[in-house]
Amino acid sequence: MTSSFLFNIATLSYLAAMVLFFVFLAARARTVGQAANWAAWTGFLVQTAAIGLRWRESYVLGHGHAPLSNLYESVVFFAWTILLIYILIDLKYKYRAIGAFVLPFALLGMAWAQLGLNSGIEPLVPALQSNWLLYHVVTCFLGYAAFAVACGVSIMYLLKARHEAASDVGRSGGIYSLFPSAKVLDDLNYRAIMVGFPMLTLGIITGAAWADYAWGSYWSWDPKETWSLIVWFIYAAFLHARITRGWVGKRAAILSIVGFVATLFCYLGVNLLLSGLHSYGGA
Amino acid sequence: MTIDTNSFVTSLWRFFSSLKLTIFLLIGLAAVSIIGTVIPQGTPPPAEYLQTISQAKFDIYQKLGFFDMYHSWWFVLLLYLLTVNMAACTLRRLPHDWKTFREQAPTLDETREKSLPFSHVWKTRGNAGEMKRLASDILKAGFAAPLVTKVDDEYHLFAQKGRYSRLGVYILHAGIVVIFIGAIIGSLFGFRGNVWIDEGASVSTVSSNRGTPLELGFSVRCESFSVSYYDTGAPKEFKSILTVIENGRTVIDKRPVIVNSPLTYRGITFYQASYSPAGAPVFHINIRDRKSGAVSHIDVAQGETVRLPSGESLRALDYTQDISPYIQQLSGPAVRVALLSRSGEARTLLLLKNYSDFDDLRKGNQIFSVNGIDMKWRTGLQVTKDPGVWIVWLGCILLVGGIFMAFFLSHRRIWVRIGGGRLVVAGSAGKHQAAFRTVFDGLADQLKKL
Repeated sequence: MTSSFLFNIATLSYLAAMVLFFVFLAARARTVGQAANWAAWTGFLVQTAAIGLRWRESYVLGHGHAPLSNLYESVVFFAWTILLIYILIDLKYKYRAIGAFVLPFALLGMAWAQLGLNSGIEPLVPALQSNWLLYHVVTCFLGYAAFAVACGVSIMYLLKARHEAASDVGRSGGIYSLFPSAKVLDDLNYRAIMVGFPMLTLGIITGAAWADYAWGSYWSWDPKETWSLIVWFIYAAFLHARITRGWVGKRAAILSIVGFVATLFCYLGVNLLLSGLHSYGGA
Repeated sequence: MTIDTNSFVTSLWRFFSSLKLTIFLLIGLAAVSIIGTVIPQGTPPPAEYLQTISQAKFDIYQKLGFFDMYHSWWFVLLLYLLTVNMAACTLRRLPHDWKTFREQAPTLDETREKSLPFSHVWKTRGNAGEMKRLASDILKAGFAAPLVTKVDDEYHLFAQKGRYSRLGVYILHAGIVVIFIGAIIGSLFGFRGNVWIDEGASVSTVSSNRGTPLELGFSVRCESFSVSYYDTGAPKEFKSILTVIENGRTVIDKRPVIVNSPLTYRGITFYQASYSPAGAPVFHINIRDRKSGAVSHIDVAQGETVRLPSGESLRALDYTQDISPYIQQLSGPAVRVALLSRSGEARTLLLLKNYSDFDDLRKGNQIFSVNGIDMKWRTGLQVTKDPGVWIVWLGCILLVGGIFMAFFLSHRRIWVRIGGGRLVVAGSAGKHQAAFRTVFDGLADQLKKL
């Protein structure tokens, strides 16, 4: 059994989970929601095993590095962290409907990685041969994943809030009745960012420490560095607006979506569209 | 006049200590920062880019400082405004939070009781002193040891946890200011430059990126430089062996410096950054005479021509470390030479280090083979001195520590009042209300049974 085979199983599980989550929202059958959740969990466990196996395969090939070294591996890890955050929310709150808005991000990542990216295990170029690689990538991606979840929840919020405003009080119908209440969604958005922001901060700092160690400069306004700071500014603005000026609801949801668009640009746009020190992160 | 000045100062104070300004600055910084990621940065900017824009555009960009925008006056001004804003907000809010942090609010009076979000009241008949003792034990076991005060036959118990979370927000903002201070110190007293050292050569001066030379006060010798490759052909390691000599004494002997493993001496750090060939490679070539079998030996540098004893000449054209990409069945280094006859006729030969008989196939009078290739390298080192970097790391620690204190800790306080036939329990939490409710209700259940 190869890690690639397991990654395919995980991708199919996410596809199944997403379809089941959609059916759950449409048919409003509790058992379907349960099945969707099972598929998501299965996919997550299989993917965890696959990442472990790929790590081992890299040792067998004599390279011996964590599977976080190129675009393929980072996209796979991103999908994994999104599922990790979903599962933590599932354990704590059991809001199944969130799966329908979070799983598509993970599925999109996995499908792109499995179908469109070079999945070869390659040895590390000199610049990446450092323990900082692990700390930097793990913290950054936990941040990115939390922001992805916050974005998914914010989209749900906007749909739910519009529905709540349009329909009569007390009359609940359609798929929106399965959504957590607007108040809960708004709170989840905030909580996800409260996890993502410290992680992004750690990710930027570990990146700076690594840059100082490898290049002799902790900050050089490289496009990737700058974009990570742009993302940091946006979520810092979100937190200030939220904590001290009471920005809740629609404005908070929109800011969270804008923040995730910037996050995606920081992660992919910079590598694919701009040039800089992180060019080895490209395909 | 006095009133006018006062109102001016007041409105200035309001402006700088407002969170509207904070949000404006954060969003503004995020927006303008994009410019420098789209327009290539550099003084001067890359020539390839300049060819793509018109002179008018260039003049505008130049005037606005877009080619070095993160050091332009207006970007730095935004950062200064952010700093002033942070300081003003701190001055405005810290006194209140400091008071709450320091305050031992031992008594639960009526006003406080009404202001607290969580509270329960029960009628009791028991002995107040005995109940106070039991309530103390419950709080100590399930929350924190309480402070007990007796006021007019009533016992007040006060317990709190996580009061340091109130300071987290100040610590994290102080961390940001400390990072700025570290960065300013680095730019004022630091140094950044490059140096090229040939194998076997040494330097004691390096030139900075701004063009000013820096006397190191010691010298650095490059003993050797090497590149190793993976089987795939991708580079595996760039390695310089460096020796540091101070006052004629070797202080660091033959330290390998690779990417991700620099060398630091007297606050100056050397990073492996690049490499290039230092002069032409020299080829060691054997010549065997077919008739006599006598072997002679010549050295020839790439691009040079040497006269052979036979009267012919040999010119070294070029070489590769690995022939296999060109001729799949073969491997190892190869040198291309031109053999020039006395009449000037030229013939190109391929000499392979791993196959010394390869030239034999030509059936010439002389059989050439390559014995070795001497390639002299030059290592490119990034040289930096940054006395502010430790201040930056201190700031980062404060920033992260402050964020975790502010985000994940919560100042929780619980009061109990016993006396007058009643037991009152009340509490509040700075955040994470749901988690606090669980703890509070658990304690209240135990207290109820008293």
